[in-house]
Amino acid sequence: MKKISTLKIGQEISFSGTIYTARDQAHKRMVEAIKAGKRLPFEIKDAIIYYCGPTQTPKGKIIGSCGPTTSLRMDEFTPLLLAKGLRGMIGKGKRSKEVRDAIKKHKGVYFVTYAGCGALLSRYVKSVKKIAYFDLGPEAISKLEVKDFPLIVAIDANGRSIYDKD
Amino acid sequence: MREIEVIEITKAVIELVRRANLLLRGDVLSALRSAYRTEKNKRPKTILKAILDNAAYAKTEKLAICQDTGMPVVFVELGQYLKINGDLKKAINKGIKDGYKKYSLRNSIVADPLLRGKPEFSPPIIHTDITGGNKIKLILLPKGFGCENKSQLKMFKPTAGIVEIKKFIVDAVISAGPDACPPYVIGVGIGGSADYAGIMAKKALLTKISVKNSKLEDDLLKQINKTGIGPMGLGGRSTALAVKIKKYPTHIAGLPVSVNISCHALRSASVIL
Repeated sequence: MKKISTLKIGQEISFSGTIYTARDQAHKRMVEAIKAGKRLPFEIKDAIIYYCGPTQTPKGKIIGSCGPTTSLRMDEFTPLLLAKGLRGMIGKGKRSKEVRDAIKKHKGVYFVTYAGCGALLSRYVKSVKKIAYFDLGPEAISKLEVKDFPLIVAIDANGRSIYDKD
Repeated sequence: MREIEVIEITKAVIELVRRANLLLRGDVLSALRSAYRTEKNKRPKTILKAILDNAAYAKTEKLAICQDTGMPVVFVELGQYLKINGDLKKAINKGIKDGYKKYSLRNSIVADPLLRGKPEFSPPIIHTDITGGNKIKLILLPKGFGCENKSQLKMFKPTAGIVEIKKFIVDAVISAGPDACPPYVIGVGIGGSADYAGIMAKKALLTKISVKNSKLEDDLLKQINKTGIGPMGLGGRSTALAVKIKKYPTHIAGLPVSVNISCHALRSASVIL
């Protein structure tokens, strides 16, 4: 996790470790839980969230197609999660200024991965465990163990963004 | 009058679900390959390679090309001399539901847009058109919402010039930026009414990319590819693979223009029964 602060925008890395899937409704619930002083379904400190809602799992597979979804829909919930210790996010597309500022403040990182390549990305997932919000179907939170998952640094710990050409 | 049993419709829809979600359209694959050749820099080339590898992997492993298996949109072209024995709408709904389940796709549909609730596989959106003959054509377009969210409609004044209209279309792509999985295919509906322009924009996505472009389509494609957004929005020459336009007569008081953006995983399949 120390290495995160040394990552630079545009850098390509292969990540091996634990990531948690969470998207729209899961974010809404987590933020509501924090505001109500309740526990989150996983340890948020130093965690990495993957904005992903996989397909159903075909027979004989570990996971179905599982690419990233558009990150900006999570922007309104992200600064609070970063304040609570969230370290990294994986998604696709731009983030708001508020998210960039929060990433800089809390020394986090935002990655993008190959968008619209959910079949290919399933190869890097070694195990899946649904852990919370089961009623949300594909939006439930799952704990994934991944190996050599391809990532591109899109916002680094200095708040610099890969999309910032302006 | 020719007759057909609804069970045949359901079976056909199940097969469309498989073809549309697991196999990328041939014309889209060709356009992606050509984009790969056009790009000179490493990053856009690497991304396009991943997109092509993804399509190949999805095909061999029988996986969905994208986890967003979309809001299923079904276009029905119903020959007026065909008699359908049974409930056509129910048969299509069942085909979608059974097909999505069979191929382990994603249940992305919530029954109530405000209350949300647990996602299901269906219902699809069905657009029906009456045609001549005694056959039925079914087209399935599973539309991912990352790109659907970037759709735009503008009701222009009838005196609006083409420059203004082009700017609106190009700006819609710029505003989608990296978020909706470029390189895009841009569907445009011009004319009709607000609702009909929207349907035309979506239907334009069904036009084969290989069909020769009009001058307007060509001009727009060139302008869009000059934006430099590129694959995944990380820069490059291929921001869009194609621009396809559909037009319809409209009212003297208006000029509706609708833009429907598709991600690079533009999926559709059709069958005639």
